[in-house]
Amino acid sequence: MNAAGLYVPGRSAAHRLPAGAKLAVLLAAVTVVVAAGHTGLALAAAAAAAALYPLCGFGPRRVGRVLRPLLPFLAAIALFQGLAGEPEAAARVCAQLTAAVLLSGLVTLTTRVAEMLDLFERLARPLRLAGVRPERVALLLALTLRSLPLAASAWRAAREGYTARGLRGRPHLMVVPVVVGLIRSAEALGEALTARDID
Amino acid sequence: MLQLRDVTHAYDGRPVLRGVTLDLAEHRIGVIGANGSGKSTLARTLNGLVVPDSGRVLVDGRDTRRHGREVRRRVGFVFADPAAQIVMPTVAEDVAIGLRGRGLDRAEIGARVDAVLRRHGLADHRDHPAHLLSGGQKQMLALASVLVTEPEVLVCDEPTTLLDLRNRRVIERTLRALPQQVVLLTHHLDALTGFDRVLVMDEGRVAFDGAPEDAIAHYTALMDAGAGAEGGPRT
Repeated sequence: MNAAGLYVPGRSAAHRLPAGAKLAVLLAAVTVVVAAGHTGLALAAAAAAAALYPLCGFGPRRVGRVLRPLLPFLAAIALFQGLAGEPEAAARVCAQLTAAVLLSGLVTLTTRVAEMLDLFERLARPLRLAGVRPERVALLLALTLRSLPLAASAWRAAREGYTARGLRGRPHLMVVPVVVGLIRSAEALGEALTARDID
Repeated sequence: MLQLRDVTHAYDGRPVLRGVTLDLAEHRIGVIGANGSGKSTLARTLNGLVVPDSGRVLVDGRDTRRHGREVRRRVGFVFADPAAQIVMPTVAEDVAIGLRGRGLDRAEIGARVDAVLRRHGLADHRDHPAHLLSGGQKQMLALASVLVTEPEVLVCDEPTTLLDLRNRRVIERTLRALPQQVVLLTHHLDALTGFDRVLVMDEGRVAFDGAPEDAIAHYTALMDAGAGAEGGPRT
């Protein structure tokens, strides 16, 4: 599992497939499902995407975990489309979103961050002409992922300090410590990157 | 060989190094001193993280001011807080990122990463999220991430400060066994047993330079005198 709680080591065909191929299949599948605008196709795609999980070594719980953040949006879409008298549109849009999220979840579950970085670095090579260093694009992606646990850690530290001092009812008091914590983490990380000759 | 020549540095007008001149050639060198004595800044000048306001720092004859990248490839640096050094999501990826851009192919990078993880007891954590490791494991990862690049010198800025006694011992034992020249900054005086040379920093100057036992005695006397004086903790 990686920092964002996504990559899970395994030996399935999806794990062995190169990151570029997986992203290409994902792009093609989502484009077809959305462009076709066909409810049956969208429902079939969502079902097929869910069926791929056990084939890659993931149980139904994993499907649930991938879809959980999407559920409020699906509920809102279903509600509004239902109220608008378009239940078929509701089913279609919800199925399209479900298929897209499940497929992209599968890509991240089966792809190491390093592979993704290599891919982005290769894709960003043409940007060299515009003066952009591709390795920096990849590093930016890595640091974005790294910032998730750092932000969570800064938030946890600020909340513990807030609670330990018996403060309550004024959560805005945590903003400054969180921001300061994040700045300090960013400075330390920058220094570590320089020290390790990564730039 | 690390050489400092009349190195002076200040932060916001506050001097932290005052005309330090040193030749550091010994295999194991310790640096001790109170908080704010200038030892961390001294360490940072050795790998070019801090370029002094005046004076020169030379690593095998290369000036850190002009050859920062070359110097950093020769001098590895380990910080006190291992969490701040983790760049990549998983253990193996974090070790590997230091090898990117060094002209190594993927297989060679993989082999070097595997070897260093095995050597430092992290092979079983290869694909684990780095930020979920224990403090001791994180510091070992930080060390492995630096050692995989095979630096000639390792500068460690209080690498055991945040660790429990067991993990401290593990890190100290690892540092002692390294073939590289090691410059260790520490508040744990027993870690300096067997060192070739220990510097005592005080107010930006080298207040003592000699054998560990003498240096520790000098430092202890210095701290006892300071603790007896009026005032709160120093910055």
